[in-house]
Amino acid sequence: MTVPDSHPEKRAFPLPDTAVPRLRRGVRLSFDPTRDSYVLLYPEGVLLPNETAAAVLGRCDGGADVATIVASLARDFDGVDAAQVSDLLRRLERRRLVEIVERPDGTVRDDG
Amino acid sequence: MGEPGPSVGPPFGLLAELTHRCPLRCAYCSNPLQLVPASNELDTDQWRSVLDQARRLGVLQVHLSGGEPMARRDLPALVEHAHSLGCYVNLVTSGLSLTDGAAAELVAAGLDHVQLSIQDADTRGADAIAGARAHERKLAAAAVVRRLGLPLTVNVVLHRGNLDHVEAIVDLAERMGADRLELANTQFYGWALRNRAALLPTAAQLRAADVVVRDAVERLAGRMEISYVYSDYHERRPKPCMHGWGSRQLTVAPNGDVLPCPAASVIEGLDLENVRTRPLAEIWYESASFNAFRGTDWMREPCRSCAFREVDLGGCRCQAFLLTGDAANTDPVCQLSPHRAVVDRVLAEDVLLVPPPSVPRRMPVSRNGDAL
Repeated sequence: MTVPDSHPEKRAFPLPDTAVPRLRRGVRLSFDPTRDSYVLLYPEGVLLPNETAAAVLGRCDGGADVATIVASLARDFDGVDAAQVSDLLRRLERRRLVEIVERPDGTVRDDG
Repeated sequence: MGEPGPSVGPPFGLLAELTHRCPLRCAYCSNPLQLVPASNELDTDQWRSVLDQARRLGVLQVHLSGGEPMARRDLPALVEHAHSLGCYVNLVTSGLSLTDGAAAELVAAGLDHVQLSIQDADTRGADAIAGARAHERKLAAAAVVRRLGLPLTVNVVLHRGNLDHVEAIVDLAERMGADRLELANTQFYGWALRNRAALLPTAAQLRAADVVVRDAVERLAGRMEISYVYSDYHERRPKPCMHGWGSRQLTVAPNGDVLPCPAASVIEGLDLENVRTRPLAEIWYESASFNAFRGTDWMREPCRSCAFREVDLGGCRCQAFLLTGDAANTDPVCQLSPHRAVVDRVLAEDVLLVPPPSVPRRMPVSRNGDAL
């Protein structure tokens, strides 16, 4: 995955289990047969997520919360680490590819 | 030349310049001085074939641009075709024709994103730059894009005449509801190079704008993303143009010419291929033009032994040709270039107290006097 490393200071704040991630408006996950790879398409470019990242992104449907996504991943993959999933989502959020639509108390974010 | 290196991968993006026709006459236009007349544009089926071939080649992002792509009546059909192939479809437009009805048709066809240009922060200034009563219609177009729920990028080319208004421009983009704002200092190709003396900003203007932009980036973080393109003449290192020649993107001009860089038609001796006569994949992988400056083997000193050669890739081939007469030279913007004096002379001479009037972009004229 070509998402750059997260800022260390932000690692201290993992996403709560009840946070609901979704792809931002204008971001699409697709499969490219030419490259035999999942691709994340967005206004400024293209990212090639690895299999794990694609599996996470494919579960960001705007309905499932982080706990549900982690549980779903654990059914399909060995060694799923909730902290790593949270870290990946934070990185994608900082790159404006994913947004977190709900806070733990259920309020909708107003800061995009 | 002629043989692709082992590292050549498929392109990600296609810049499809559907037409050079445009209702605006911006003096900074990057289109070539020799604009393609409508009579020489690819037709709908030829563009469909370009899209088919581009997708098979690996293109995932299609930027429908121009000129003004909405001048093509077949635009919805081309959007639909690119979308059906699985491409991400971006419309790069002046917005003048982007009414509710036209935009809804494009969205239904599968349009993903709109990049809308504005010329300045206020109507009078913006319309003077555009050479048309355009600004208010652009604001209306932005509202249309918002209503339809598409992501919106506002693009502003910065130059001597509007750089001092960059704070007001940021405010306007915010009011327009932009997700992203591209503030791009003029790069000097095509009409922009023709009008360089009128457009080149002063160093003081750039320093002031830097402060404003840095502040806005911080203030708007998480709300509106701002990307800032520097004035490369004023920099010490060249831009990594196109992320490398024939590396990630290709351009198809209105007449079907295939370009490694949108400005590459200016390079004399570069034997450009055309989609009417050769398959796109062959052009990408095998043509002399696409292999001319791939990788780093073509480099001369000071690039060849430079620690930055993989960072800036020698800068821009078109700029090297335009300013030094040889596309294989180091981009003369680089402080290490033996031709840097050419740029310094421009900076000293072109920044006059009173900029000369600019020459508005115009189409070739037909025998009966109408624009073609």
